Amino acid sequence: MAETRLQTTMTFSDEQAMLLDTAVEFFRDKSPIAKVRELMLSSDGFDESVWREMIDLGWTGLAIPEAYGGSGLGLAAAVPIAEPMGRHLSATPWLATQLFTQGILAGSEDLKATYLPAVAEGATGSVALSELDGDWDLGRANLAFTVSGAAVTLSGTKTFVLNAASADYLLVSGRLDGAPALAVIATDQLPSDALRTETVIDETRRSSELILEGFAVPAQQTITGAAAHETLQRIRDAALLLISAESAGGIAGVLEVIIDYLNTRTAFGRKIGSYQGLKHPTVDILIGLERTRSHVYHAASLLDAGVAAETALRMAKAQASDAFAFAGDRAIQFHGGFGFTWECDAQLYLRRALWSQYAFGDALHHRRQLAESLLR
Amino acid sequence: MSEIEDFRADVSAWLEENRPAEPDFLLPETFMEVGTDRQFHFLRDWQQKVYEAGYLGMAWPKEYGGGGKPQMFQDIVNAEMARQKVPFVPNTIGLNWAGPLILAIGTEAEKHKYIPGILSAEDIWCQGFSEPDNGSDLAAATTRAVRDGDDWILNGSKIWTSLGTFAKYMILLARTNPEADNRYAGLSYFLAPMDVPGVDVQPIRKLTGEYGFTQTFFTDARIPGECLMGAEGEGWQIAMKTLTFERGATGGQAGGLAMNVVSVADVVELARRVQRDGRPALEDPIIRDQLVQFLIEDQGDRLTGARSRFPALTSERPASIAMSGKLRSTELKRRLMQFAITLQGANGIRWVGDDHAEDRGLWQRSYFNAFSATIGGGTSQVQANIVGERVLGLPKD
Repeated sequence: MAETRLQTTMTFSDEQAMLLDTAVEFFRDKSPIAKVRELMLSSDGFDESVWREMIDLGWTGLAIPEAYGGSGLGLAAAVPIAEPMGRHLSATPWLATQLFTQGILAGSEDLKATYLPAVAEGATGSVALSELDGDWDLGRANLAFTVSGAAVTLSGTKTFVLNAASADYLLVSGRLDGAPALAVIATDQLPSDALRTETVIDETRRSSELILEGFAVPAQQTITGAAAHETLQRIRDAALLLISAESAGGIAGVLEVIIDYLNTRTAFGRKIGSYQGLKHPTVDILIGLERTRSHVYHAASLLDAGVAAETALRMAKAQASDAFAFAGDRAIQFHGGFGFTWECDAQLYLRRALWSQYAFGDALHHRRQLAESLLR
Repeated sequence: MSEIEDFRADVSAWLEENRPAEPDFLLPETFMEVGTDRQFHFLRDWQQKVYEAGYLGMAWPKEYGGGGKPQMFQDIVNAEMARQKVPFVPNTIGLNWAGPLILAIGTEAEKHKYIPGILSAEDIWCQGFSEPDNGSDLAAATTRAVRDGDDWILNGSKIWTSLGTFAKYMILLARTNPEADNRYAGLSYFLAPMDVPGVDVQPIRKLTGEYGFTQTFFTDARIPGECLMGAEGEGWQIAMKTLTFERGATGGQAGGLAMNVVSVADVVELARRVQRDGRPALEDPIIRDQLVQFLIEDQGDRLTGARSRFPALTSERPASIAMSGKLRSTELKRRLMQFAITLQGANGIRWVGDDHAEDRGLWQRSYFNAFSATIGGGTSQVQANIVGERVLGLPKD
């Protein structure tokens, strides 16, 4: 056989089904498109009361073990939340906080005991992994970690720190003695000019640059050695899974926008959805959605079973990225002149699709990695 | 569990020991390309051997020559045959459509008369549904069956008939009452013999060059009254039931491997063997990217099958997965075979029969044959209309 035999494991628990039902209704209710547009203009980009409700529903602690105040359901239980969240373009600190949580889970007992209960109760976190060179290999971060006595000083610049301005804690990656290392910092300790708002393509997202110049953190706030590799891997796994799940939701959302318009707009005396030139690519979008959802829930099933999921996660991200970008692109085109306007919702999805495509590796990047592992 | 695994091991060992030696001619890929006598006899001998070993009709009742076991055993045989890439069993229409139909609704006499011959491949079956002027629109059938005493007299023509040259029987949809209340009610269903005067079978040469399809002409062909299946006027219902076997909605009752199965993994192996620009195609980064794209799509479809078992994950559009299945799988296969030719670079232009053709030209032929699935059973364009209208709720043309 050319490739490792690919599994087709698929599990979906009653708990996941209940979470999905609740979340579908929740985001439909809390994140209508007018609200999305309203929040785009706000500084934080999310509604504090909605975020509070998500905390109260226990959605921040789904992947946190019960010993630390979470529900211990694991990352697979976060997928049914992420999918409808993406469908309604809801942007809260949830995603960034999930990534922060996964990073801490590979840290010391001390870090877990300090930060996980706080997150379960509503503290927000984010991860600062990317740098200006845009390298998606998280192990190649260059921000300098220097040991000085019982402290470690951090110097360098991170980029694309999601929801940093509203985060209580950041997990920052860099290099210590030539190897990857991470440090947890509390944002209230940062100098006032350490965070600079970035302008990104998806206006529902809030993104910051983080500039550290000799910022000192106690050594016990760092993660080094094998744990640092594990931390990065856990964050990457979570990011690939949850962004792909959000993208599956996004495809479903934009498909609905397209179907509505194709059933409403007439041209040359017919509903435009009756033209095969529009109907058939819309079916292609549906097929992309079906394949994406399948890859996402399969990857979640593997993570849930505790088996190697890298291939499944990369496939999910590659599939989701291309399918969502295609759907967003066609949505603009099918709306004709209206599609070219700010007012048309299609652009919101295309912007989200592009943000999702380039976060944590685009389709081309992941296919290249998959070729390395599958086509030996 | 262990009984199943033991059985699988037995099948596997039997196939390894008994697989026929590769003949000196190219075998067909599916039952739709059996164009020569030597291909047909090779495959019929193989089916007889498989049946005599007890590996065919395993789930059919013993009194008609079956094995009387759960369907799972036949499924295991079919999967092992595909995995070991042994030839398929050629009486596909008998094993998968006509046989299950007769077992489901046939009379006791029909079961005794037809089922044993289907299993042993003594009696090959073909299907007479499509007509020259009516492709996917079955209800428009115009082939006539008129009562004459105890007999029926047939006139008209059926087309795209696989195995027509070799068939002893045809499942036939014909119009018995042109004046019926509606066009459906005027149709009847026959288990018609092919070896009667007035039945003329003409091979059709396909784009691949072979003669796997035929057109059947009926000119005052007289068949016995007992050939009518069910009651007069029930043809449409019986035809629809046949299609549920054909489309696998019920999985059939017997089934047998009906075609060679080519996977993305086989194309990866091809990429390892063939050269482009002076090095193995598998080393070309663009080729690698495309192969991974195929792997992702193919895996996506397999996973979609797994997901379809969870109603909570298909609730928004429950019909979507099943209704888009043919479109997804047949178009993927067509593009994959097209790509398999690309891998061969300059040698991609060699055709079946050329001394240097890769795998005797199998890939070129497979690509051409892939159209049989993107066209047959409703073209991809018709499928996309159906999915667009019935699944997505888009307006009709």
